[in-house]
Amino acid sequence: MKEEIIIAGFGGQGVLSMGKILAYSGVMQGQEVTWMPSYGPEMRGGTANVTVILSRDRISSPIIHEFDTAIILNQQSLDKFEGAVKRGGLLLYDPNGITAPPARADVRVCRVAATEEAAKMGNAKIFNMIVLGAFLKVKPIVQLENVVKGLQKSLPERAHKLIPMNEQAILRGMEIVEG
Amino acid sequence: MPDLRLMKGNEAIAAAAIRCGCDAYFGYPITPQSEVMETLMDMRPWETTGMVVLQAESEIASINMVYGAASAGKRAMTSSSSPGVSLMAEGLSYLAGAELPCLVVNVSRGGPGLGTIQPSQADYFMATKGGGHGDFHLIVLAPASVQEMYDFVPLAFDLAFTYRNPAMILADGVIGQMMEKVELRPPRPRPTDEEMQKSVGSWAVTGKRNRRRNIITSVELDPAVHEKFNQKLQAKYAEIQEKEARYEELLCSDAQYLIVAYGISARIGQKAVELLRSEGVKAGLFRPITLYPFPAKSLAARARQLKGILCVELSAGQMVEDVRLSVESALPVAHFGRNGGIIHSPNEVAEAMKKLKTNCE
Repeated sequence: MKEEIIIAGFGGQGVLSMGKILAYSGVMQGQEVTWMPSYGPEMRGGTANVTVILSRDRISSPIIHEFDTAIILNQQSLDKFEGAVKRGGLLLYDPNGITAPPARADVRVCRVAATEEAAKMGNAKIFNMIVLGAFLKVKPIVQLENVVKGLQKSLPERAHKLIPMNEQAILRGMEIVEG
Repeated sequence: MPDLRLMKGNEAIAAAAIRCGCDAYFGYPITPQSEVMETLMDMRPWETTGMVVLQAESEIASINMVYGAASAGKRAMTSSSSPGVSLMAEGLSYLAGAELPCLVVNVSRGGPGLGTIQPSQADYFMATKGGGHGDFHLIVLAPASVQEMYDFVPLAFDLAFTYRNPAMILADGVIGQMMEKVELRPPRPRPTDEEMQKSVGSWAVTGKRNRRRNIITSVELDPAVHEKFNQKLQAKYAEIQEKEARYEELLCSDAQYLIVAYGISARIGQKAVELLRSEGVKAGLFRPITLYPFPAKSLAARARQLKGILCVELSAGQMVEDVRLSVESALPVAHFGRNGGIIHSPNEVAEAMKKLKTNCE
């Protein structure tokens, strides 16, 4: 088992923390993981992206240019990474703000209206967990109980009361993903 | 059940320092390693182990605070990135001249000058060939994973104290910034005063009590005495070269073409080896773990079965000089590197190896 993922969107959307929670879930499930962010000036107010690899075996390069899955959260990122999904791979996107939807026929394209759903649920901050839920529905590479364990390890004690809300958002994402 | 965490390389350095009984950290912030001190400040070890964490007014102050603490026999460290380490050059030379053990972490970035905050491996010469005036060497460890960032902190301190010599962890922006799984090792307490007296009392300024006075200095104005001191240093480096060279080999047993790379380049090189093997090229990876001492003998032994070597670095070609010296022109050695914060892709490394292979046939 090996899954190479890019998550890309605006800085402030929770791109890096979604990747971190996914990576931590992998650790809890006994997998090898790497989490490699873009860092530097482009993060400040511009686009942010992170590469996450989960694997049964030792991981070689944390820096890769083709992905099994691209999780895309804005148009700039779609323009940049649509072509980088491996044939037969997955492109998951939030249609909010997308003016030119993905056109590739040789990958599986899924949609999750996470921005809209987070607004309905009255909490913009759980947006990234809805997206994570959608991804895990399409590719169940880590179990939900390990995601919760990962949240427990990565969040400080004082934030543990927020875990049930995050879990709910993940479950909601699993329900509303399309395609 | 091992205590597993997901950590950035920089965070692993900080966690390891606290857990391996480090006495003091002095530093000054610079990207891409600022999380080392941020994590230490966040973990507040002065309340638990008694470790001192201090933000100095500059890198020059940091390295001289390290000199002071090391003189007193303490396990002291600092961390910085390339331009900051340049500022420490004088202090490093004095530490080596006074035979003081310490740890300096360089999470390197692109130069020369202020350069870029993106990753680079262009500090190999500075780390292995001196990084200050005079005939001296640092013991240089090159981690290629976040687990090694953690594990090399206690290793560097052990080597530094064994040989009374400053040690350096030479990482890069990728290893510092990326997160991986880390197993936290069982904690080692800070040495007590009695333990310290026993281990370093013969040279450190730990309070005179009932022994002769210890003096820490690097000055010696009598040429005859100073030559003897230099010879003693060189004998120490010869012993380090003999005993402490470390490396890792992957898929080397039947290899005809070898990638030699350290740090992040070794990880990319490993992926390039996978790509080359899938195309039928018998490629392997040789990863120096100690850059000083360079594992020259082991590389020369492996080279006997090879047709060509590709040295892959994020520089214009620095370690490649040590690779060539190791194999003494017995076979073609090429270099492939990117500069200025650009990171090579596994594909372009594989392409460079195929080009070398064509030239060798």
